Amino acid sequence: MTDRALVVVRAGALTTVQDRGRPGYAHLGVPRSGALDPSAAALVNRLVGNPPDAAVLETTLDGCALRPRSSVTVAVGGAPCPVSVGGRPAAWGAPVVVPPGELLEVGTATAGVRGYVAVCGGIAVEPVLGSRATDLLSGLGPAPLAVGMVLPLGVPAGPPARVDGVPQPRPPAELVLRVTPGPRDDWFTARAVRDLTTRVYRVAAASNRIGLRTEGPVLERARPGELPSEGMVLGAVQVPPDGRPVVFLADHPTTGGYPVIAVVRAADLPAAAQALPGTPVRFVPVRRR
Amino acid sequence: MRALRVGDDALLVEASSGEEAQALHAELLRRRAAGALTVREIVPAARTVLLDGVDDPARRAAELTAARVPEVPSRARELIELPVRYDGPDLAAVAGRWGVTEREAARIHAGTEFTVAFCGFAPGFGYLTGLPDRYDVPRRATPRTAVPAGAVALAGPYTGVYPRSSPGGWQLIGTTDAVLWDHARVPAALLAPGARVRFVPVEGA
Repeated sequence: MTDRALVVVRAGALTTVQDRGRPGYAHLGVPRSGALDPSAAALVNRLVGNPPDAAVLETTLDGCALRPRSSVTVAVGGAPCPVSVGGRPAAWGAPVVVPPGELLEVGTATAGVRGYVAVCGGIAVEPVLGSRATDLLSGLGPAPLAVGMVLPLGVPAGPPARVDGVPQPRPPAELVLRVTPGPRDDWFTARAVRDLTTRVYRVAAASNRIGLRTEGPVLERARPGELPSEGMVLGAVQVPPDGRPVVFLADHPTTGGYPVIAVVRAADLPAAAQALPGTPVRFVPVRRR
Repeated sequence: MRALRVGDDALLVEASSGEEAQALHAELLRRRAAGALTVREIVPAARTVLLDGVDDPARRAAELTAARVPEVPSRARELIELPVRYDGPDLAAVAGRWGVTEREAARIHAGTEFTVAFCGFAPGFGYLTGLPDRYDVPRRATPRTAVPAGAVALAGPYTGVYPRSSPGGWQLIGTTDAVLWDHARVPAALLAPGARVRFVPVEGA
């Protein structure tokens, strides 16, 4: 049995294994999945010397605690939070060595929602369709972390980065999401289209890896009924019958029957993944590139 | 056909019918295989095909609006046979809607050649078309909290097979032992869009 493993001591509210997901299978009903904040995941991988597609842990609000069986270099990034090793404070956003048997404690986020923990060598659970990501919609990939779970680690690809830390964007107080209209904006009243881009929404507590749910002005439909099922993209702003827009994130369904009024630029989705419930959201119309 | 822009790099191509959407899907797969189309995902659905992550979407939109798609010769497509026992708890209700006996309902279903129009809902769940319109059935008024894996079910114009146990509102008419989804198998999904499917009745439990 290998010593290159982590034992889960505290799983946190929701901690999953994530990488860049499994694009290319949407036609079989397989969501892309993958880290909600891919730039934060890539950064912590770089800090420990991993390739950008190595699997990391994605935490939700309250972190997690892990005990490595051998000495490992880790880096914690994404949502800022306190980090400690063996009870002593350690650096956030920088490579940290955790000796064998010592406890790595990733604390509650002081801003933002999703934290990322990279371990040199990457989390080496068995890939499914080319990815180790946990997909909470379809159940592919490993189950979310649970106390006592043992996570195998891969072989380190290279030495950790020779930087002490790198700046990471702090979660904004207001979430600004640039949108292009359509493809189904004609299913809504002119007023609804105007409301979406001029009124303020708030992030709803029911948000998850599938979608960022919002509270705010109800978007009224110009025509009733459902669309025949059609393909859905990442960032689609789908409007269910309650009239409150949902922004599709990584675990979104591949097809759906509720109309999509607009699509959020992919570059703005990492910020959406870090927005706490109650954060104001503005949808800002932009020209298509 | 009409090509709608979706975000910065996707197109939703609307066809006039499910059959045209299936033909368009086959044509787009041919173009991609021939190197004439660079795209991350080609996702067929009921009346549309989504091209996600497509190169030069504005030019592709113009191209596809003008495109005529050839019909797909059915013999060119893979035929998958699924063994089935017509023992579903909703078979009697479905037969009643169709105005036939249960035995006749099973004969009608097993006598139909289906096409996987598209997948969705869960990995490996195919929406199969082929039954004439008069056999459309509604979803159950109250969905079941657990439908077993392998359940053969009807809703609207579609037949589907549940790849794994899940909640579901479709009318259950039978059971298959075929493994619809196995992520360790290549290919993982038994039914992919475009495939032909026949249900072959088997005896016993």
